[in-house]
Amino acid sequence: MISRGLLRRLGGVLFLALGLLTAAATLPRPALAQGAAPDISAPLAQLATDKYDDTEAALGALSVSGSPAAAGIVAALADGRLMYSPATKQVLIKTPEGGLTDAATGQPVAEAPPGLKAVRVNNRIRRAIEAASGTLALVDADPAKRLAAASAVMRSRDEAALPALDAALAKESDARVKSALTLARASILIGKAGVPDAERIAAIATVGGEGNQDALAVLRSVPADASPAVKQAAQGAIAGIERSLAIWAVGQNVWYGVSLGSVLLLAAIGLAITFGVMGVINMAHGEMVMLGAYVTFVVQEAIRTYNPALFDASLLIAIPVAFLFTGLIGVVIERTVIRFLYGRALETLLATWGISLILQQAIRTMFGPTNREVGAPSWMSGAFELGQLSITYGRLWIIVFAMLVFVALLATLRLTRIGLEMRAVTQNRRMAASMGIRTNWVDAMTFGLGSGIAGIAGVALSQIDNVSPNLGQSYIIDSFLVVVFGGVGNLWGTLVGAMSLGIANKMLEPYAGAVLGKIALLVIVILFIQKRPRGLFALKGRAIEA
Amino acid sequence: MSNLFSHARRVAGRTMAGLAALAVAGVAVPAAAQETIKVGVLHSLSGTMAISETTLKDTVLFMIDQQNAAGGVLGKKLTPVVVDPASNWPLFAEKARELLAKEKVAVVFGCWTSVSRKSVLPVFKELNGILFYPVQYEGEESERNVFYTGAAPNQQAIPAVDYLMENEGVKRWVLAGTDYVYPRTTNKILEAYLKSKGVAAEDIMINYTPFGHSDWQTIVADIKKFGSAGKKTAVVSTINGDANVPFYKELGNQGIKATDIPVVAFSVGEEELAGIDTKPLVGHLAAWNYFQSVDVPENAEFIKKWRAFIKNDKRVTNDPMEATVIGFNMWVKAVEKAGTTDPDKVIPALIGVSVPNLTGGFSTMMPNHHITKPVLIGEIKDDGQFDVVEKTPGLIVAEEWSPYLEGSKDLIADWRAPMNCGNFNVKTGKCGAQ
Repeated sequence: MISRGLLRRLGGVLFLALGLLTAAATLPRPALAQGAAPDISAPLAQLATDKYDDTEAALGALSVSGSPAAAGIVAALADGRLMYSPATKQVLIKTPEGGLTDAATGQPVAEAPPGLKAVRVNNRIRRAIEAASGTLALVDADPAKRLAAASAVMRSRDEAALPALDAALAKESDARVKSALTLARASILIGKAGVPDAERIAAIATVGGEGNQDALAVLRSVPADASPAVKQAAQGAIAGIERSLAIWAVGQNVWYGVSLGSVLLLAAIGLAITFGVMGVINMAHGEMVMLGAYVTFVVQEAIRTYNPALFDASLLIAIPVAFLFTGLIGVVIERTVIRFLYGRALETLLATWGISLILQQAIRTMFGPTNREVGAPSWMSGAFELGQLSITYGRLWIIVFAMLVFVALLATLRLTRIGLEMRAVTQNRRMAASMGIRTNWVDAMTFGLGSGIAGIAGVALSQIDNVSPNLGQSYIIDSFLVVVFGGVGNLWGTLVGAMSLGIANKMLEPYAGAVLGKIALLVIVILFIQKRPRGLFALKGRAIEA
Repeated sequence: MSNLFSHARRVAGRTMAGLAALAVAGVAVPAAAQETIKVGVLHSLSGTMAISETTLKDTVLFMIDQQNAAGGVLGKKLTPVVVDPASNWPLFAEKARELLAKEKVAVVFGCWTSVSRKSVLPVFKELNGILFYPVQYEGEESERNVFYTGAAPNQQAIPAVDYLMENEGVKRWVLAGTDYVYPRTTNKILEAYLKSKGVAAEDIMINYTPFGHSDWQTIVADIKKFGSAGKKTAVVSTINGDANVPFYKELGNQGIKATDIPVVAFSVGEEELAGIDTKPLVGHLAAWNYFQSVDVPENAEFIKKWRAFIKNDKRVTNDPMEATVIGFNMWVKAVEKAGTTDPDKVIPALIGVSVPNLTGGFSTMMPNHHITKPVLIGEIKDDGQFDVVEKTPGLIVAEEWSPYLEGSKDLIADWRAPMNCGNFNVKTGKCGAQ
């Protein structure tokens, strides 16, 4: 009972320390007023030795010391604000304003001792901090914080947290938090020495019901000296989880495949216009994607400088800008180079290859050879769980975006006048010309459209790949593969081609590895092209046959 | 004299152009050589490797600038000769030949990838040049004409693994790398080393990916699965260059934090992190022999001067830059010791040369043409810099031939007088025998 009340106070102090760091030094401390504070000079001395082992031991001692200052010290350590003086061995907390308070008493320190250094934190210490602050936050007023604390305790499986867990469990009312606490308690019991068999088997059943990777890790931590009944229960639960995970793994691979397919679709869809519809072997296609990514970078920089509030909308703003910019570059390339080379595939290939090198080096000269950072807007970060699948928002939005681009492009070709003219020119240039269509202008617009779409793809790819001058090179081969496999001149072919290549790649990868998987895929595509030279969806028409 | 003669004959035997170049140079050089010494820079300024190598070109130019300001070498000014091998391996050999035969440079600083080094090796042997190679590499090589100022595997990979074992209690290992010679050799050494430390075969997972791999979903999911076996797991990453960014992004996406499964990388430095949002990466590790954040006066001085030279007060520094600086200073010292830039005099003079490194100590060129280095383990901070969490107490001597590999455990290299051999077999007592 005492420990519960104490913990509640500690939790309160932690909350205070996290939320109102400034107040920590000046507010009256109820806990201090109620009695003599426990002595924490020993752990404080350990914090000043600058050794990880000592810091870890100090954290353990602090979390069970019952001292009201403990939570503040732990929070300061987590933020890198806990300082010590190598000379005087004093431990001080730096407030965000730059002031200093004594770690033990909370009193402001007027004069900083010379040579003040931050207490160093590494991964081990970070884990200990997580465990300590998790234990302290179990009785927080906010259910969300209690939930986070419960999962922190489950991850750390710190046996010292067991009494605190029991206390928290007894008074918990929120059902979700309660089940998380039960789970955390069961996780600790499984690995703890000296737990009765019945209790341990019940714990195994609780954890086994979770059915995810974390549960598997917990179940495998059953001590080697456990009784056969316990081991058997654990084995059964592990086998059950593994069976269900194997089924989920198929779903996961399909999801990864669709995600990769959507990236391939985005990269290839512009090429489906310039190469597929116009027949130009456009080696500079990848650089259009790269330019789109750099446009995103420039737009983000401008937004950061002039209006940081708009940052979440930066990608939406970058889409039209990238489309117009790369589209314009595309029109310029078509008017100045490609129009002189129609019908001469080899020359086009070499000329566009040259253009791609020029564009790469131009970007390298302007922006430098190193990667540029393109930030992710908040709505694209994070992930959610769907059963045992972890779905990241970034990937989800890219799939949605790829589909939108696909539909928009399809609609442009089917429903608009320029789309009609494009199809007419592709199918029979001379007849289209005699019907009064300005075929030159249509050529330029088509190439511009293909390039603009590539630019849009660059906006999306800036979220998952490096924004460097080499960005385009990594996509050019895949893009051609998709377009040729899907069937030249057919947008649906590109969609189906991208998705089937994506899924096949991800299905092969777990068995063959990334390198062999890619090779196997290339071999499959080559064999397929031997059988069906025009790809999945062959287009029939006079121009194509000619 | 006979050496010079046979040298000329060999060149002449190659091509008429080579002979012509030699003749022209032979006439022109004596007049020019009195004022300047030419220093070759062989780093890619375009293509895939430009991302890493451009900085090293700038570093050499910076060092030349500093040296000239201090009066040059042997009373002569240094002039840089910069060529661009464009990330194209055969072009590296061609440009190396141009530097040595046509430009007659006294020394070359260059190469990044092992394949580019292997490509220029025959040229340096044939034309008797000096190459300073500033990048950490897989070892298993020691050549008379090459000085390796980057780390051998025992100066980077093995201390990093030791750190994880001792400080993080890691029992299960994922060795993830790009599919080429450096990761494959390093992982072979690490696998043998881990097994010698009692790690079971089923606790080691080895994974290779192609260059520029960008879709890491499956592999990260596999790592997550591998890490849920109830034992502490870590990833040792020899993933190269650009593929790192999407890898770290995917780790963040799938919620793998450094406190769960730490990743220690051998190819990720300050330059690579400059293009990433590093907040999700805090706590992941890197092992190098230098970090920009090393808090010693030598380093602060170097960073200040470098930023003034490059006119950018945000430019970062990294490990291969330090290796370039050490190599450059060693060469200067050896030339002054030998009193000439003649490679046949400078190569022996280089052994034993000791210069300050940027982490507050001294690095020495050993008879195996590798240098002694301290090993530092750093954790990534949220500002893209590293927090040094461990530093080896002393300097580590490079093991150019790994004692953990079957084919090389009996080999040693010693380029001093009696032995003069890069692969001496201590069992058979013969040079050149594996």
